[in-house]
Amino acid sequence: MPMKTNGAAKANGSQAVAQVTFLEAIRQAMYEEMERDPAVVLIGEDIGVYGGAFKTSEGLLERFGWERVIDTPISESAIVGAACGMSYLGLRPIAEMQFIDFIVCAFNQITNFVAKGHYLWNAPAPIVIRGPSGGGVHGGPFHSANPEMYFVHTPGLKVIYPSTPYDAKGLLKAAVRDNNPVLFFEHKFLYRRVKEELPVDDYTVPIGKAVVRREGKHLTIISYAAMMHTSLEAAAELEKEGIDAEVIDLRTLLPLDEETILASLRKTNKCLVVHEDTKTGGIAGEIAAILCERAFGDLDGPLMRVTALDTPVPYAPSLEEYFLPNKEKVLHAARTLAKY
Amino acid sequence: MAADVVMPQMGESIFEGTITKWLKKPGDKVERDEPLFEISTDKVDAEIPSPSAGVLKEIKVKEGQTVPINTVVATIDGASGVAATPAPAATPAPAAKPEPPKQAALTPTPSPAARPGPVAVPTPQAAPAVAVAPAREGARIHSSPLVRRMAKEHGIDLTSLAGTGAGGRISKQDIEAVIAGGGAAPSTGGQRGDLAAPPTGTAATYSEPASVPTPPSRPATVAPPPVAPAPLAGGGGPAAHGTQYVPALQLAVPRERLYFGNYEVQPLSVMRTKIAEHMVASVHVSPHVYSVDEIDMTKVAALRAKSKAEFEERYETKLTFMPFFVKAAVNGLRAFPTLNASLDGTNVVLHKEINVGIAVALDWGLIVPVVKNADEKNILGIQRTLNDLAERARSKKLRPEEVQEGTFSITNPGVFGGLFGLPVISQPNVGIIGLGAIEKRPVVINDSIAIRSMCYVTLSYDHRVVDGAIAHQFLHKVKDTLENWSEPLV
Repeated sequence: MPMKTNGAAKANGSQAVAQVTFLEAIRQAMYEEMERDPAVVLIGEDIGVYGGAFKTSEGLLERFGWERVIDTPISESAIVGAACGMSYLGLRPIAEMQFIDFIVCAFNQITNFVAKGHYLWNAPAPIVIRGPSGGGVHGGPFHSANPEMYFVHTPGLKVIYPSTPYDAKGLLKAAVRDNNPVLFFEHKFLYRRVKEELPVDDYTVPIGKAVVRREGKHLTIISYAAMMHTSLEAAAELEKEGIDAEVIDLRTLLPLDEETILASLRKTNKCLVVHEDTKTGGIAGEIAAILCERAFGDLDGPLMRVTALDTPVPYAPSLEEYFLPNKEKVLHAARTLAKY
Repeated sequence: MAADVVMPQMGESIFEGTITKWLKKPGDKVERDEPLFEISTDKVDAEIPSPSAGVLKEIKVKEGQTVPINTVVATIDGASGVAATPAPAATPAPAAKPEPPKQAALTPTPSPAARPGPVAVPTPQAAPAVAVAPAREGARIHSSPLVRRMAKEHGIDLTSLAGTGAGGRISKQDIEAVIAGGGAAPSTGGQRGDLAAPPTGTAATYSEPASVPTPPSRPATVAPPPVAPAPLAGGGGPAAHGTQYVPALQLAVPRERLYFGNYEVQPLSVMRTKIAEHMVASVHVSPHVYSVDEIDMTKVAALRAKSKAEFEERYETKLTFMPFFVKAAVNGLRAFPTLNASLDGTNVVLHKEINVGIAVALDWGLIVPVVKNADEKNILGIQRTLNDLAERARSKKLRPEEVQEGTFSITNPGVFGGLFGLPVISQPNVGIIGLGAIEKRPVVINDSIAIRSMCYVTLSYDHRVVDGAIAHQFLHKVKDTLENWSEPLV
């Protein structure tokens, strides 16, 4: 699937260079932040000698040495606990989960310590926990998770889930510089499939700001990560049918950019949320509640959802395809909503 | 051929009716039995179906007007099926109890065939919305929060629009087309008090009412505003038969003292006007006295809790506390018949039937349907009747006789959390019971404190007929029945 994104590369007037993959954008962000700030360190499984399971940290051990690129035993709880401790002593660790599915092994560390420390004993933990997430690559039930909502429900954290190389790099850099614990989800389907030109100069993308990827007037499609691309493809198709869809990329799930969502809804009056996460408890439900609370009188139709089914991610490719949202499902929902 | 449509007689003692709303416009096609207009009498509000099929030619009685029964209110052209419907149309049979119109009005006829169907589905551009009014009271208007808000802001009556959205839903495009095409054009006018609020404001924030009577300008030139267009314009006099005329709507202070600061003026609905007249008359005629007793509902509550599931499963009707109170009141009325009476001059009319009126709160007012011969019914019979009456009260499907001939009433402020209430007597009764909320309270039993489900029950009674001694004995009988409940439920 050829994907081209068009991030705000020109926005800051920087000079653009060659096409960069999502994966490379992540690597660049870590590299540049480590160059910039000696307090930034990496910690995770196989990130040093092996360069990371997806090669996101390739070359970093050679450049920054074993004291700043730390290979660990297979214990996510220990990785996050250690990162948290290091942050108390002034470092700014980036902890990698080899697959984001296993972040739940560190659930206690993240939700009980990292997220609460600032509130309970004035101990903010400026750490970033990042890792490859998402399905569509036949990874099966243990290597395809979208666990973002466990953490969106946890006050004290920030949760980022970008969809383009430009945003991935800019948001990861912003995350490293943020004094709060930030979870950073990287959709592995996008790792090598999306490319774009990135500015040479240092830049960040603000956390907590959604972006309108496509202007439209008949309905708003809200999405993020891999599904953002699916939504844009659907919007292009809808345009041929005379349905003009606005597409919003959330980019940050916590804090959620309610204003961008509301501004769009007030224009289109109809809203469809597309996410790869399962349906129950997904961000779509939260958005529905926000719209009801803050813009009930602007709704000209029900909020609709296109999401994964409420099951684990299946192994069998045919079942996985059935399980995941896709362009056809988005089109069907969008047409129904437009007609409503 | 043309056929006349007449104001139907909605009950024996009813001699006139007010047209509250036309559901069709001249030129509209109507099917036989399709709802044509809504009326309000002093007993009920009802939707009147067309006596025949054809095209509505002329409306002779406007909304808000009150006319005697059998007055021709409209004509239908090319009327087919008139012969087949000897009912109300052609024959203005005076007075002599013509039940038919009522029958026609109340047989539930929403056959799918009567739906406006696919006839008018204009393309969004071509003929947006405005057209036909399939508006059927009772049938829901499908729109959206946005559309309702825009309708309110622009004073547009949604019942007059036909939508082009899925399933005939009124969409944003539909209402935008109406607004673009000249504001509130298809609205039924200010009669119903739709406020034309400025487009941005909400009712709570805007400062000047855009339409409706102009009140005196601030430093008061004491030019009192034109009287609000009284919906029952029928002469301003005794609109309601059976209620002695009392100037219910008089002001206690000069009118200019009502208008200050920011406000909004809404005409009183016909129903509210009737309630106002009835309440003023009741308080004026009957010297009200109030007695209160406290009833231990623990036993009934336990019985109800135990039997509820089985009861509801077996009889498919929900079980509330109300039938227990009705039954207890019946026991009390049997023992003290002077409370089951009316006063006619120097005669007390002792009713042999025990017909208990139950106040049903509606979103738009209040109505008191009657459980007839309550003394002949068991808990199941009372409960079924109650649920049926309440449901039809809410859907405006009550028959006039169902709100008549009550001999005693019960109202339930407790359902809204009231500790107790002191109701006004529903005339021509001489007593009404008010039920407080049932809640657990500490009570002293045999010198120890126990937690019991307690309920304050009040009796308002007409002191011309009933004295305190009787009233309290009656209440005690009610209390005794409930506290020593023995009748099984299932």
